Amino acid sequence: MSDSFVFFLIQVLNGVQEGLLLFLVASGLTLIFGILRVINLAHGSFYMLGAYLAYALTQLTGNLFFAILLAVPLAIVFGLALEALLFRPLYARDHLYQVLLTYGLILVLEETRSLVFGDDVHGVDVPHFLDFSIHLTGALSYPAYRLGISAMCLIIAGGLWLLIQKTRLGMAIRAGASNREMVQSLGIDIAWVYRAVFALGVALAAFAGMIAAPVASVFPGMGNQILIISFVVVVIGGIGSIKGAFLGSLLIGLADTFGQVFAPQLAGMTVYVLMAAVLLWRPAGLFGGRAAR
Amino acid sequence: MTIETKTASRRRVLKGLAAGAGLAAASSFVPARFAIGQQAKLRLGLMLPYTGTYAALGKNIDDALRLAINEKGGKLGGRAIEYITLDDESDPAKGADNANKLVSGDKVDFMIGTVHSGVVMAMVKVARDTDTMLVIPNGGVGAATGALCAPNIFRTSFTNWQPAYAMGKVAAAEGRKTAVVISWDYAAGKESTDAFTQGFTEGGGKTIKELFLPFPNVEFQPLLTEIAATKPDVSYAFFAGGGAVKFVKDYAAAGLGTTIPLVGPGFLTDGTLEAQGASAQGLETTLHYADGLTFPKNIAFRAAFKKTTGRDADVYAMHGYDTGSLLISGLAAVKGDVKARAALVAAMEKTVFNSPRGRFTLSKAHNPIQDIYLRKVKGLENLYVRVAIKDLADPAIGCKMT
Repeated sequence: MSDSFVFFLIQVLNGVQEGLLLFLVASGLTLIFGILRVINLAHGSFYMLGAYLAYALTQLTGNLFFAILLAVPLAIVFGLALEALLFRPLYARDHLYQVLLTYGLILVLEETRSLVFGDDVHGVDVPHFLDFSIHLTGALSYPAYRLGISAMCLIIAGGLWLLIQKTRLGMAIRAGASNREMVQSLGIDIAWVYRAVFALGVALAAFAGMIAAPVASVFPGMGNQILIISFVVVVIGGIGSIKGAFLGSLLIGLADTFGQVFAPQLAGMTVYVLMAAVLLWRPAGLFGGRAAR
Repeated sequence: MTIETKTASRRRVLKGLAAGAGLAAASSFVPARFAIGQQAKLRLGLMLPYTGTYAALGKNIDDALRLAINEKGGKLGGRAIEYITLDDESDPAKGADNANKLVSGDKVDFMIGTVHSGVVMAMVKVARDTDTMLVIPNGGVGAATGALCAPNIFRTSFTNWQPAYAMGKVAAAEGRKTAVVISWDYAAGKESTDAFTQGFTEGGGKTIKELFLPFPNVEFQPLLTEIAATKPDVSYAFFAGGGAVKFVKDYAAAGLGTTIPLVGPGFLTDGTLEAQGASAQGLETTLHYADGLTFPKNIAFRAAFKKTTGRDADVYAMHGYDTGSLLISGLAAVKGDVKARAALVAAMEKTVFNSPRGRFTLSKAHNPIQDIYLRKVKGLENLYVRVAIKDLADPAIGCKMT
């Protein structure tokens, strides 16, 4: 295997890893958008919330894993509270109200973050047992933690697929996305389904922030970057489609990685060019135009 | 009876309030500065990064500046000082507004700042437009003492060119033929990598690839892979603060630390060694400061800084300290009269700095002419190895004062 081919493969690995992490955030966004029909601009803030929780709890417990074990339930509780207090009134409303509310939520969460955690940039240490590198070629090793992240994301992706396709909740989710009223008249408590989906979306985004913290650092405004890219993924993949979010994230991850390497001046643009190209070909996204599948 | 007392006491209270308000209003008409200009406090506007990725640097500059002034009695030219601090958040977009706030709103006599070169450029423009004294205690953007140099603008730190050019010469002299440069995509990053390339090329080497990523992005993985794929003799990286910590750690985690030597200006390893730990050991960097410099002034400064702040001094603290020294010497010469601008500038220009970095003077473009040292990381210190280049002056391209 020639050297440059090996490096090409490694860059593919980098792109896939970036894409898988993005999938966690984007899948939550597409679920909330597709099932609840809510445009959630604050989704990036949930990612940031996860990262800061990971930072704070790692400081407290000394170990990222304990921190994540504590933080995920916290994030779920937070999600449920938000859903009950802020989002429920908006399900039937126009998208504009949702945009206004969630935009306001971004501002509130940013300021709260500033008050509680300050504005400094923080690092989170990689957990000890993953703090080594795997030798790949003569010059290059690959940090094991990044492989760990990718593995984690794949497991979750599998779990999501199982949930949506093979469980009663998943059935209710898919049905509720098609026809909410019919589901209700069949005696299924759609409100409970919505609550579960919203909490799941928040938990996914927060979890992504937690496991990404050691490689991406924890800093103000980190939510905004990933929010925009997540929306691009959702648009490319099709709204409400987990499969689409998966494919879209991988495409974006690869495009971003190779864009950085081959055309650094244009690196910011590559993802949007990709989005435009996909939309020209399939206006509803790759798997869009249908209910969640 | 009761009503009369109430009315009378209410009247009294109202009278008292009116008198108080009148007094307050009247006192606000008392000018903040008397005609002589020497009894009122001297206003120093410190515009520094007190938050964000460069927060540790801003704090050290602030503390060392005050240390220098307090060592000489806490006054400048006999005048007491009012410090006005402003957090620039290392945000160039807010730079001009923040600088104007200091100049027009707080009416400072001196602007002092900052770290991020983009914000420095905004301050330079405001200083030139409003003819306010500006002393730059860190930001190394060349244009500030280059194309945009001015009599009222001084710098006590360095230009990005100085340590980078020196490193290029050192790397070439070590026999390296090819290099890859990597940095953030902003003014300081480009200047640093270009200067390294200049020195490296002059020494017979060739930069084969330039890699940039947006500020303050710290996702280095694809670019590290690219460095490995390119296989240069040496990598040159310019990052500072939190970015430097992460880059050095990631470089080592990618296994490059043992195969492709990493070099950079001192900012890669200054103030970051505790966080970087084993990944930074043995790294060679160039800077106008080093640990283990035996100048008596350095030993005294480091002891004093540790005593007042509890932290170890670093290059950023030294800049703050020398900024204080510059202000002290300038204002002493004009006895605190900031209105005697020509005399003040002349005195500042002639300052011979007895600095922790060694003795140095300012060039005609108001930038230090100084020795650049080669350092090597050992333990938690950037130990002095030798002088890389003696009395190196920034070329100050485009400056009309040279």
